[in-house]
Amino acid sequence: MIPILLQGHERSLTQIKYNKEGDLLFTCSKDSVINVWYSHNGERLGTYEGHNGSVWTVDVDSESRFVVTGAADNTMRLWNVSNGKCLFTWEFPTAVKRVAFSPDDSQIVCITEQRMGYTGTVRIFTLDRSSDNDGAHQSRLPTSEFNPSGSKPTVCAFGYTPNTILTGHENGKIALWDAKTGEELKSVARAHSDVITDLQLSPDQSYFVTSSKDKTAKLHDSKTLDTLKTYPTETPLNSAAIAPFRPYVLVGGGQEAMAVTTTSIRQGKFETRFWHKIFEEEVGRVKGHFGPINTISVHPSGKSYASGGEDGFVRVHHFDESYFRSRPYGEVGEVVD
Amino acid sequence: MAPPNGIPTTLESDDGIDFSDIEARHQVPTVEGFDLVLVIDNLPLVEASRKDRLLQVFSKHLRKCNSPQPTDVFMPWDYAKNESKGYVFAEFATTDEANIAIASVQGSHFDKSHTLVVNRFADIDKFAALDETYLEPLRRRIYTQTWLADPQSRDQYLTYRDDMVSVHWHAKPSPSEIAEQRSGWTDLYCSWSPLGTYLVSIHRQGAQLWGGASWTRMVRFVHPLVKLVAFSPNEKYFVTWSPEPISILENGPLAVNKFTEDDEGNQIAIWDVKTGALLRTFPPAPMPPAPKAASEDDAAAVAAAEKRKQMAWPALKWSGDDKYVARVTLGSQISVYELPSMGLVGKKSIKIDGVIDFEWCPIGDRDREAEEKEAAKKGPRKDRENMFAYWTPEVSNQPARVTLMAFPSRTVLRSKNLFNVSDCKIYWQNSGDFLCVKVDRHTKTKKSIFCNLEIFRVREKDYPVEVIELKDAVLDFSWEPLGERFAIIHSSDPNLASGPAPGITIKTEVSFYAHDKGKGDFKLLKTLVNKTTNTIRWSPRGRHVILTTMGNSNQFGLEFWDLDFSMDDRKDVMPGGKEHEWGAGIQLLSPPNAEHYGITDVEWDPSGRFIATSASVWRHSIENGYAIWDFRGIEQEKHIIDKFKQFIWRPRPRTLLSKELQKAIRRNLKEYSRTFDEEDAAEESSASKELVAQRKRLVDEWNAWRSRIKRDREAEGLIDAGNSDPNSPEEKEEVQEWIEELIEIVEEVLD
Repeated sequence: MIPILLQGHERSLTQIKYNKEGDLLFTCSKDSVINVWYSHNGERLGTYEGHNGSVWTVDVDSESRFVVTGAADNTMRLWNVSNGKCLFTWEFPTAVKRVAFSPDDSQIVCITEQRMGYTGTVRIFTLDRSSDNDGAHQSRLPTSEFNPSGSKPTVCAFGYTPNTILTGHENGKIALWDAKTGEELKSVARAHSDVITDLQLSPDQSYFVTSSKDKTAKLHDSKTLDTLKTYPTETPLNSAAIAPFRPYVLVGGGQEAMAVTTTSIRQGKFETRFWHKIFEEEVGRVKGHFGPINTISVHPSGKSYASGGEDGFVRVHHFDESYFRSRPYGEVGEVVD
Repeated sequence: MAPPNGIPTTLESDDGIDFSDIEARHQVPTVEGFDLVLVIDNLPLVEASRKDRLLQVFSKHLRKCNSPQPTDVFMPWDYAKNESKGYVFAEFATTDEANIAIASVQGSHFDKSHTLVVNRFADIDKFAALDETYLEPLRRRIYTQTWLADPQSRDQYLTYRDDMVSVHWHAKPSPSEIAEQRSGWTDLYCSWSPLGTYLVSIHRQGAQLWGGASWTRMVRFVHPLVKLVAFSPNEKYFVTWSPEPISILENGPLAVNKFTEDDEGNQIAIWDVKTGALLRTFPPAPMPPAPKAASEDDAAAVAAAEKRKQMAWPALKWSGDDKYVARVTLGSQISVYELPSMGLVGKKSIKIDGVIDFEWCPIGDRDREAEEKEAAKKGPRKDRENMFAYWTPEVSNQPARVTLMAFPSRTVLRSKNLFNVSDCKIYWQNSGDFLCVKVDRHTKTKKSIFCNLEIFRVREKDYPVEVIELKDAVLDFSWEPLGERFAIIHSSDPNLASGPAPGITIKTEVSFYAHDKGKGDFKLLKTLVNKTTNTIRWSPRGRHVILTTMGNSNQFGLEFWDLDFSMDDRKDVMPGGKEHEWGAGIQLLSPPNAEHYGITDVEWDPSGRFIATSASVWRHSIENGYAIWDFRGIEQEKHIIDKFKQFIWRPRPRTLLSKELQKAIRRNLKEYSRTFDEEDAAEESSASKELVAQRKRLVDEWNAWRSRIKRDREAEGLIDAGNSDPNSPEEKEEVQEWIEELIEIVEEVLD
């Protein structure tokens, strides 16, 4: 498995996303640029320029028509995927830390940072997708917004049932909210013991994986928020992703960038680890990054995965044939995805 | 008493049944009116003329004891001998007064040779009628050695991570199995008793011992804020130390607290393991007066004294047979106490000017055999004496000295004068055959340190001493258990003197020495040069040794050495015999890349077959966890566990097999190993079968959950947007591009 190295960012990666078909890979980084690449050969298709600060987050809709980004310049922007034009800009009092499309593409959820007297806020916008103005006219006001009390939210996504939002919080809490009323439907206070760094849903949204600085990743039921599986590692985790069609969960992380100089390289653990989703056992590792891994994304058809690191590189790995054939645990029956 | 609800107390049909046995059993003892009368025993026997005088003194004695005066005293008289019978009946005004009298007079010293014993008059009958045959109390004893009866004779080990304490069965080839797991079993750390019977947990309130098949609490020792614990060699007694001096709270829970006013301010306590009784407490060891550093610029001596100032643990040292426990008062004396009375032996400490340290001679198998023979013999027993070695430093023109002393006779068996000594360390070989005193010496200028090893051959007549002089400083010394060899780590690295510094790895050399039976002295077997080793760990069975570098971020290799490698087929040839060159049998077994990053502990299992290495979060927080190796340096398993704290093998008691049986087993080893191999193979396949079944179950559970979710989704009318059937063949769009390239256009005019 020889990775394709994408060198398009000057600073550390913050989030990467495949589009629904998996042919495009969107990457954003602290250098304020968003890049889009052909995933099969690593050729750069284009960039989305306009943000004036670290771009924290990116998401693309299922039609690969719009891409939405959030950045430290206190704006959330909507872009046209095909021509790189910025269609609309929402402005907030603080930085945008996380954005996500709803499964039906009709809504966007975003989290703004808790800073300067503003609390961490979750806002939901309804997107005008009509073709007549090509998305350039959007409502400035959110459809709904709410401020989760207590610990600030760090990650979010649309939930299993329509009009629900899943959030992960700084103190390790996960919660399920009603997107319209902002009512907390369910929560698990100590799902993790430290800040939740990533939250990715399964293809059918029925379960999701969270990663945390508490060195574990966990699989949860989207409805009940019950913990299904736990994957303990020995390094703080920044990202976790579910591999479709194979029973694996990919986790990545590493020692904090600021602590790297004071610790040995061995402590870094800048590797993507593959865990068996069901047996909770580590099955393999992929080395390569020379800084912590900040974000991992898996191709929607499970053909490849990409990791973005603190080192500023994105590494796209196309799985070898053996990955699909191998049965590390022998014939224990097919795992339903 | 009226029968409740009109039910008659006895049914008519009961008439004629003999209830006498039940009545006898449930009889309520009636008050016989004698509880005001006490019998005070052990008074001196007096003649008639001194009877009144005795009663006067008796009355005075009661006053001295703060006891109320009796209303009447009757002294029975032996008219045949015309003297008192040595006891009196004393009647008190009230029951309370009688009770107070019992408490205050009981055990008081009437005079030098008479200690009073007080009993209630009513009790005398009972005591007189006491059955003389001893009946074992009906307390269910917990059998504490069940783990030894494991059908596969597996060893156990304990791991402690975060707040979870687990005891595992170590088994090869099947994966380790958890025997018991408890969260918050201990607050500080865990430890095993020396024979493996008890598991010790340390808490704020004290220490607890656990044992038996179900890990029940056996004993609890209440000693607030206990930090350090130790057992006597045969685990009869237990020592606890707390940095907090014992204080008696006025209204404290006396029921659990066994300390009295006498113990106040003490820090060390000795307990009986079987009963949990407190035997005695000791104050912390008094600090020695600061050495006069100004007199000489003897930095080394001052540093050594500084080191000694830190409390040495164990503070109390046990003789190998649990008979004596001793402690040293730096610079003046060694005090030896007898067990279980905890009295100072001979009521006198052994005064030794300047004594720094001492060690008891351990008891080996040979001593035990001799003991058994002695016990079997009829006639007067000739008990073997215990022995210890101590050393005193140089003081004004007097040389430093190492002395071997027998106890309790206190005869000096051997002593040896030493010169230019900066420090001594005493190492006994574990079967008590040899004693090595590592003497750190300095040159006249006191600039450099070198080392002498003074080896006492304890089993030989007159205790001959051999000196091995080395030019280097010796960092560590270690006897081969049950053997006649030792290993030392020595170094001439110039960085050594400047002390440990970050980034500097001190180069060391490791040397092995063996006892040459022919000549009777110790000879160098082999020196391994250019190492960084700072730790030697001999296998508990001898022969194999592990060398490693601990506490270093660059060097963390493990070397597994065999000292009798070429002797395998010729067991009967003495190691170092004529046929072989000295040291030819020393062979590195482990692969060159054997290492454990961040290693902080190395421990052999009790059988000497496996080694556990661990990296504890107590020292650093990088790659904590443990690994288990076999004696050849092949890694068996490795677990990186966040917040891993402790790994300890459960010790085993001495073998119960006789010499003959052991020999028979050795002879039939092939036979045994064949059956074991078969068992291992069977075990392996069954274990893997189990694992496969377990995995199947997990997959089935998952699949069941998935299909339930799928059904729910369909019921709720949720449709995956475009992702309806992931198993459908992917729609692939074939893009065909035709590229036409025009190379040349030639116009030709046709005719």
